[in-house]
Amino acid sequence: MSAVPPRTHTPTPGQTVGPFFAFGLQYPDMNQVVHPHSPGSLVLGGTITDGNGAAIPDALVEIWQADSDGSIPRARGACRRDGHTFTGFGRAFTTDEGRYEFWTRDPGAEPGKAPFFAVIVYARGLPNKLHTRAYLPEDEAALAADPLLAGLAPDERATLIASRTPEGGLHFDIRLQGEKETVFLAY
Amino acid sequence: MTTPPSPTAAAPESLLAAPDQASQSAITAEIVAAHAEAERRVAAGEQLPTTMYDFPAYRSSILRHPTKNPRLVDPETIELLSPAFGQRDVAAIESDLTLQHTGEPLGERMTVEGRLLDSWGRPLRNQLVEIWQANAAGRYIHQRDQHPAPLDPNFTGAGRAITDDDGRYRFTTIKPGPYPWRNHVNAWRPAHIHFSIFGSSFTQRIITQMYFPSDPLFALDPIYNSIRSQKDRERLIGVYDHNLTSPEFSMGYRFDIVVDGPDATWFEPEEEN
Repeated sequence: MSAVPPRTHTPTPGQTVGPFFAFGLQYPDMNQVVHPHSPGSLVLGGTITDGNGAAIPDALVEIWQADSDGSIPRARGACRRDGHTFTGFGRAFTTDEGRYEFWTRDPGAEPGKAPFFAVIVYARGLPNKLHTRAYLPEDEAALAADPLLAGLAPDERATLIASRTPEGGLHFDIRLQGEKETVFLAY
Repeated sequence: MTTPPSPTAAAPESLLAAPDQASQSAITAEIVAAHAEAERRVAAGEQLPTTMYDFPAYRSSILRHPTKNPRLVDPETIELLSPAFGQRDVAAIESDLTLQHTGEPLGERMTVEGRLLDSWGRPLRNQLVEIWQANAAGRYIHQRDQHPAPLDPNFTGAGRAITDDDGRYRFTTIKPGPYPWRNHVNAWRPAHIHFSIFGSSFTQRIITQMYFPSDPLFALDPIYNSIRSQKDRERLIGVYDHNLTSPEFSMGYRFDIVVDGPDATWFEPEEEN
């Protein structure tokens, strides 16, 4: 690849999603990246909390992921689910208890790399989006080799690794501020 | 790993009013001071985000913004790509917010058109654009909006579009009104339309707001001013374009959107491959 030329356009700044996004951003089955009854389906969920540890009832989470074999989905239809096409994208609003949930399946990764969900959080009171990652907990060698995780202190690293529930699902809490604040990313 | 019991959550609508209810003059003074402080830090060589996460004049951000700087990371392949959207995802009629009910909505009919571009000015095709807004009276259809302005039975205020080969989108809608909120005493948001945009890379995802020229509320609004520099704030103001105005039908505004890099999202133009 040749050198990247200088950028010519200044990015449009982001703003908060505000309190009233639900009617604008909701669509049927938006949190079902896979059909709940499909093979390998699991619940990825957690709670979003503020600096006081209080649940955030007006947040929005999006995930974007590789399929279980590591392939990147290129199929359309994330906004109009057909129940079988894997588009890799999901959106969930938090409940009044601050909990979000997706039906999905485990992401894969390129050989040797640690699989993760790319995650974006938005909320009323959050002036702009926040990117993070939710890594699968199992492949310890790949996690140890991950360039992002390798540069983090153990308590920071722990905020990016989902835990496996007894039912085979994934638990991933997001703390916007304070103790155990989730590590957020810039690219 | 066990999960700690979640604290009893407050009812969402109870969170909408800031506890201290400052005066507008106090909030305006905080905004001015925060901009001056950001300018000073940037002049001293610090890197600050364009939109300030830590912006206490926007009261509900006080407990909701991260306190640590984001970690700079090289994007992995999945982050350099983005969900694929197409006309299959969105019906063409969804871009006309005035046709969603049996009657015509009240208010000033308007067209908003723009192009979605990357940081090198290249059009982003087949990307999803979602908008939502208050009606002409400044009322959202959302249940938690209990501001005593009328709902319009012929207006919901949500629309979607897919960008065309030039990266262009176009919505027909009604100009939204300003509306009151409870950040401080006598707080009013300038009229705005919320925009949600996907780029060709998930890192480029953006949710923002489009404003209207010469709004007298700009200097008073903590959300608009969470963007620290005047030049960047002005990027969120739609430009009145008489060529987009349709005779005897609607007013026209142009709002182009540029997504951020990073450099890893620069690909060789396809024609040259």
